[in-house]
Amino acid sequence: MTSPTFQPIPPRPAPVRTEGALAWCKINLFSGWQTTLGTLIVGGVLLALLPRLVQWALIDAVWVADYQACHDASGACWGVVREKFRFILFGRYPFDEHWRALICTVMLLALIMASCTRAFWKPWLGALWAVVLVVYFTLMRGGVLGLERVETDLWSGLPLTILLASLSMVMAFPIALFIALGRSSAMPAIRSLCTVYVELIRGVPLISVLFMASFMFPLLMPQGFNIDVLIRVLAGITLFAAAYMAEVIRGGLQAIPKGQIEAAATLGLSYWQTQRKIVLPQALAMVVPGIMNNFISTFKDTSLVAIVSLYELTGAMGMAMNSDANWRPFRIEGYLFIALIYFVFCYSMSRYSQWIEAQVNKSKLR
Amino acid sequence: MSPTPSAPPKKKWSWRSQAFRALVYQIVAVAVIALTVLYLANNTATNMRARGIQSGFDFLGSAAGFDIGESLFAFDSGESYWRAYLVGMVNTLRVAVVGIILTTVMGTLIGVGRFSHNGLVRGLCRAYVELFRNIPVLLQLLMWYLLFTEVLPAPTEPWVLGPLFLSKGGLNFPIPVWATGHVLAAWGAVAGLAAAWAYRRYARKVFEATGQAKSLFWVPLVIVLTGTLLGWLLGGAPTAMNVPFKGEFAVESGGSLTPEYLSLLLGLTVYTAAFVAEVVRGGIQAVPTGQSEAASALGLSRGQTMRLVMLPQALRVIIPPLTNQYLNLTKNSSLAVAIGYPDVVSIANTAINQTGRAVECIAIIMLVYLSTSLSTSLLMNWYNARAAIKER
Repeated sequence: MTSPTFQPIPPRPAPVRTEGALAWCKINLFSGWQTTLGTLIVGGVLLALLPRLVQWALIDAVWVADYQACHDASGACWGVVREKFRFILFGRYPFDEHWRALICTVMLLALIMASCTRAFWKPWLGALWAVVLVVYFTLMRGGVLGLERVETDLWSGLPLTILLASLSMVMAFPIALFIALGRSSAMPAIRSLCTVYVELIRGVPLISVLFMASFMFPLLMPQGFNIDVLIRVLAGITLFAAAYMAEVIRGGLQAIPKGQIEAAATLGLSYWQTQRKIVLPQALAMVVPGIMNNFISTFKDTSLVAIVSLYELTGAMGMAMNSDANWRPFRIEGYLFIALIYFVFCYSMSRYSQWIEAQVNKSKLR
Repeated sequence: MSPTPSAPPKKKWSWRSQAFRALVYQIVAVAVIALTVLYLANNTATNMRARGIQSGFDFLGSAAGFDIGESLFAFDSGESYWRAYLVGMVNTLRVAVVGIILTTVMGTLIGVGRFSHNGLVRGLCRAYVELFRNIPVLLQLLMWYLLFTEVLPAPTEPWVLGPLFLSKGGLNFPIPVWATGHVLAAWGAVAGLAAAWAYRRYARKVFEATGQAKSLFWVPLVIVLTGTLLGWLLGGAPTAMNVPFKGEFAVESGGSLTPEYLSLLLGLTVYTAAFVAEVVRGGIQAVPTGQSEAASALGLSRGQTMRLVMLPQALRVIIPPLTNQYLNLTKNSSLAVAIGYPDVVSIANTAINQTGRAVECIAIIMLVYLSTSLSTSLLMNWYNARAAIKER
């Protein structure tokens, strides 16, 4: 029963939706005339280009490993990947022994992934690394247990890329740590030595360091002492990566408030005690994302060793394609294939770096 | 002050004195490094004697004996090695300078694009950054080079884009025929720049005295353009252009850029722009939102907010990492050796193979890049000091 004086007012309209695909489009694509115009122009260009790309890459593409069909087709020739993928991935490693390279690489990758997970950050991780590396080199090199001997200059493709990137980073870390400590040391002679090293390396391109590794290292060694080309290149990349990593670590050292070091001195801690117990735990936690970025650039930089005749992924790809005249015209598809491999590795590393940055910053949020 | 009885006086030459320990450590460190260097130098000398390798920089004076695909000035195989190095150095700088300019423009646009109101533009910029920075630059260079040398039509049937001709032979474009008018126009531009600078000083003084804002962009632009135009007119207004045309075997005359140069430039620009975009984005994000809100509360326009409030603060964050990216681009130009562009590294590589003087040639490469890097960072440090916060 309503009283005669009661006048119901119309209900308010429902609030504007801000969720869902349609609302997203309205806010982000058509919110004003400038935005709408931009959407129309950019969308038009995309609509003109994307169908052609799809046509080339998927619809007209050839998926079977038949170069005659590839020559006749107007689209991409993914058959080249099917035909050559073992040569692209493993390069000059003996064809029948590819399983060894595969096992080794999977093992190394699993170890790297384990090292990136919190549950494995235990003291025995170092020992595990040593064991895995011994197994790795034994299995890859062979010559024992009835395995065929494979010299290091035949190691190539993706296993070599992963080996170079991970080993040089692992070895660069201790060097970088000492260089960074030296650069922020109070002793002028040590400080300037470290500064000269870092600035010298950072001032020259990696390729000149690699040239040095391949042309000059043999001259530097005592007579009759010959080191393997893989070791030389590994040393070159390590020395190069260490300089960049040292700068990242120094950034972390500088971010530690002076009060922390003074407090440690008041407690009577020695220099090394201060560094080990107070400074480094805080500084290293801060620089983990930076070191991850170093890792990504080192991973990409390993592609340069092709120039000093070690055939990692890029070099193996070039060799696999150039050695076969039938498939040579389809190098672009091969390049796209290894670009995808690099992208998957680098992108997942950068996502991991973002995750770890959030983990590190967790302690600062409350 | 007399020593207290509880603490015995410190002996200067005691292991307990920190200063003494530091001295010992440093002497040991320097000695170890010096001995290592001596040992390595001795090894090198012995090895070189044993292998009959000659050393010294005297080879720089002898005839190079190889041709260089492209150079800004004439070079033939009879000329000396040091001239070959000079050609390589100029080629490196030619790529680096143009690349830095293009990268800055492209990177800034993409970095700013990530703040666009348009979701499509935002997404595209993000995709660009993620795609191009996660693929090695060498691979990108090889792919660009492949595109230029395989996909483009033969020089006999180039793609014609207005006055531009694009083919496997590279890019041909019209250039003005050099005349006195152009020299005078350049001088006119210089005079215009000086006048514009004086005008800006005057305008700023007027603004500070009366609060009346004068245009700091359009008027100086008109002054510079007028100066250039006057110089050009005084020189007889030359309009002759060297226009390329389709010859029987190739595109002829006009200015030209080789496919090697183009792919190196394009590859380095596209790769580095992704990093510059991230630097710019970080710089803009580092300026607190309150700053732009305060600026609009004061009644500044969007352009003024960007120019007077946001950019000066963002630049402080942007400049140091931007310098690093410029240096990276310059150093990455050494990858030219992979696609056969004759930069200083590929000249040195040829020289090593011909003369066997690896030590000297590598030293030259390092010297060239070190001096470029150090001078770039000096320049950018100077600019950074100008842009830094002026504190008491």
